[in-house]
Amino acid sequence: MILQFGLLFAFLACGELIVALTNIPIPSSIIGMLLLTTALKFRIINLKHIERVADFLVHNLGFFFVPAGVGLMCCLDLIKGELLPIAIATIVSTFIIIATTGWVHQYVRNITSRHQSHPINNHHDGTADQ
Amino acid sequence: MELLTNKYFLIALTFCIFVAAQILQKRTGIKLLNPILLSIVVLICLLMGLGIEYETYNEGGKYIDFWLKPAVVALGVPLYRQLESIKKQMLPLLIAEIAGCVIGIISVVLIAELLGASREVILSIAPKAVTTPIAMEISTATGGIPSLTAAVVVCTGIFGAMAGFSMARISRLRSQIATGLSIGTASHAVGTSAAMERSQRYGAYSSLGLTLNGLFTALLAPFILSVLGYI
Repeated sequence: MILQFGLLFAFLACGELIVALTNIPIPSSIIGMLLLTTALKFRIINLKHIERVADFLVHNLGFFFVPAGVGLMCCLDLIKGELLPIAIATIVSTFIIIATTGWVHQYVRNITSRHQSHPINNHHDGTADQ
Repeated sequence: MELLTNKYFLIALTFCIFVAAQILQKRTGIKLLNPILLSIVVLICLLMGLGIEYETYNEGGKYIDFWLKPAVVALGVPLYRQLESIKKQMLPLLIAEIAGCVIGIISVVLIAELLGASREVILSIAPKAVTTPIAMEISTATGGIPSLTAAVVVCTGIFGAMAGFSMARISRLRSQIATGLSIGTASHAVGTSAAMERSQRYGAYSSLGLTLNGLFTALLAPFILSVLGYI
């Protein structure tokens, strides 16, 4: 377990280092995540060296957001005045994003698989229509 | 009163409330009793009732917050597990992400504007679909209020986790890939945790959605906001 945590934080530290050196406006955690995937892909580290800790954190991701959510109490006054616009814009836009992303993905994927003239490719990954 | 403001007590309290909320949701099966949402509401009520400042709570809370970054790094594992299937469809994934990112920012800004939100609030909620660290950085850079951004981001995530699958069904998304991807795109890591509960496959595409949307939003949000005339 110590090794697993060590590796995870090493990737995060690399992310921090890259951000500090290049000043790119991308969070260190996202860079660390891409580095981790890359390292697994090129067999620099083995899945079993990080899997237990990673799965634990991923499965409990929501819990770590609780304190940030409690921060809501700091801006209650600001929100009270504009609750309706904030709530409606957030809810409707979330729906729009889900529909748009999903539709565009399904559409482009159908076109590209038709282009390769493998109609069966449509569901080559096993996600058949429900 | 000393005990109430002790950081270890506040950390323990957060854990206990979350576990109780999890048990409550499991027993009742009511979707609305999302453990994250419920814990936040209960904690806010408790703190306000006891007259404890957020800064005091955060003395303990920041140690939980701390794990957000390593947890996002850990999403690299489910991503790796689906790498082969992701490589096969790079183009549809990228185009869908750019569409989701751009339309997501424009829609939230326009709807808020239409309903009379102030400029400051609009700038704060523009990056609401992406994970907190990215959203807060964008908000700071464009002149929003970072704490409001964090709160709206968490609420968006909870909403996506609760209603994302229903929305995907209403939108007639048929493949697991499109569904997972769109939930991650719209509701970042909190939505991803709900997707992960369904299956590794949903979860992996959801992590991909949150990553790509995080990248695109970081790059495009300032540009889109300036085109729309806000900055």
